Amino acid sequence: MTDLLKTPLHALHVELGAKMVPFTGYDMPVQFAGIMGEHLHTRAMAGLFDVSHMGQVILRGEDYAAVAAAFETLVPVNVLGLREGRQRYGLFTNDRGGILDDLMFANRGDHLFVVVNAACKEADIARMRAALEPEISVTYIEDRALIALQGPAAEGVLAAMNPAAAEMRFMDVATLELNGAECWVSRSGYTGEDGYEISVPAEAAEDLARALLAHEDVMPIGLGARDSLRLEAGLCLYGHDIDEDTLPAEGGLVWAIQKVRRAGGEREGGFPGAKQVLAQIVEGPERKRVGLRPEGRAPMREGVELFAGTEGGEVIGKITSGGFGPTVGGPVAMGYVPAGMAEPGTVVYGELRGKRLPLTVTKLPFVAANFKR
Amino acid sequence: MEMKYTEEHEWLLPEGDLMVVGITAHAAEQLGDVVFVELPDVGTEVTKDEEVVVIESVKAASDILAPLDGEIVEVNEALVENPGMVNEDATGAGWFFKMKVSDAAPLDDYMDEAGYKKFIG
Repeated sequence: MTDLLKTPLHALHVELGAKMVPFTGYDMPVQFAGIMGEHLHTRAMAGLFDVSHMGQVILRGEDYAAVAAAFETLVPVNVLGLREGRQRYGLFTNDRGGILDDLMFANRGDHLFVVVNAACKEADIARMRAALEPEISVTYIEDRALIALQGPAAEGVLAAMNPAAAEMRFMDVATLELNGAECWVSRSGYTGEDGYEISVPAEAAEDLARALLAHEDVMPIGLGARDSLRLEAGLCLYGHDIDEDTLPAEGGLVWAIQKVRRAGGEREGGFPGAKQVLAQIVEGPERKRVGLRPEGRAPMREGVELFAGTEGGEVIGKITSGGFGPTVGGPVAMGYVPAGMAEPGTVVYGELRGKRLPLTVTKLPFVAANFKR
Repeated sequence: MEMKYTEEHEWLLPEGDLMVVGITAHAAEQLGDVVFVELPDVGTEVTKDEEVVVIESVKAASDILAPLDGEIVEVNEALVENPGMVNEDATGAGWFFKMKVSDAAPLDDYMDEAGYKKFIG
């Protein structure tokens, strides 16, 4: 058995009675008080998440423009046009246009700050080094924790520590002093709620987490509720809802590719798999990621096969994420269906324990986003 | 007779000539919040270790096995509307079904409360 890595908040999780599980090489909290309660508390008040297993990377070059131009060779996104103090969602693509990872990147003045998924971080960093060095330096930030504070009470809680937090809008980034530590803060998250993601020096992380948890509105939240929150918010989990065989258009991520990088744009293409990615945007994909609501109460989870009818016929698609949505109060899922069946209201059937049960294609998100734009 | 326990974390409690079956509080806690329960039809003949109930929590699906041979004579319909009762009152209102037992012999192998407490450590 390989030794699991520990985040700077590991001891605190154990002290708080978390149930710990191995996740992408780390010993992580899957739940504290219980997934349902944690989920509902985050939507009602505020939840504190340890996401320190994710990869934090700094890219530096001659200036921001030089870094942005170089980074644009790896992602189909407008990096050059991102204003200072702003963050954006991005994707790494492969030569076939498939998605290698999804990520967040921020223009922090003289450098680009990138946050990638835990499971992909080694490959992502190797890819960036191979493609960008030596002109651009790629620094893996291993001495900082990453904490997310999510929910409608997040603004009040953080503003009590530093009033500047309240001035930030959705996807703004800033350096803020919090509890005496220099933090890199973005107003973002992965729950569909307003909130913040806070990069904090490892040695100051536990004190900051304790200070946030001391607020009566804040509860610690595990990976279980993080998953149900992002599913209700219609957000993709890399390796499940999107992977290296998924192109952005079929994954429902065309919105992440700004016009300037699309066919006819000023900086059209110029990233791996551009031909396939841009062609699929113009021609339309054969399959699409959609929201699916099982009609009964039975959750339909990842891997459930979808059919057009109650009997016979070929498999038309598969569920890629599914479970119980505590805020929805019933089962919710995402999966792929043929483009002709992707219209909301279309009924498809999932095979569960030998029975075909109906699901309705539903517009995402299942729970309306609550961002402060 | 008092409550008996299986290694599958089910409890059995005699009620007249019937046997009431559910899962233990320990099992319910391990499962997490129960969000779906699928019960067998009344009148179903079951054999020991046959899957008779499907239970889904926020985390995963699990099967509940018939602890004895017999016939399902009553199911706890209230669980279908309110699966959370399994977490709230696992050994009371959270019962799954009542069965008419045709072979009670395996009951001797099941644990009493002290044995089950030891079993779950």
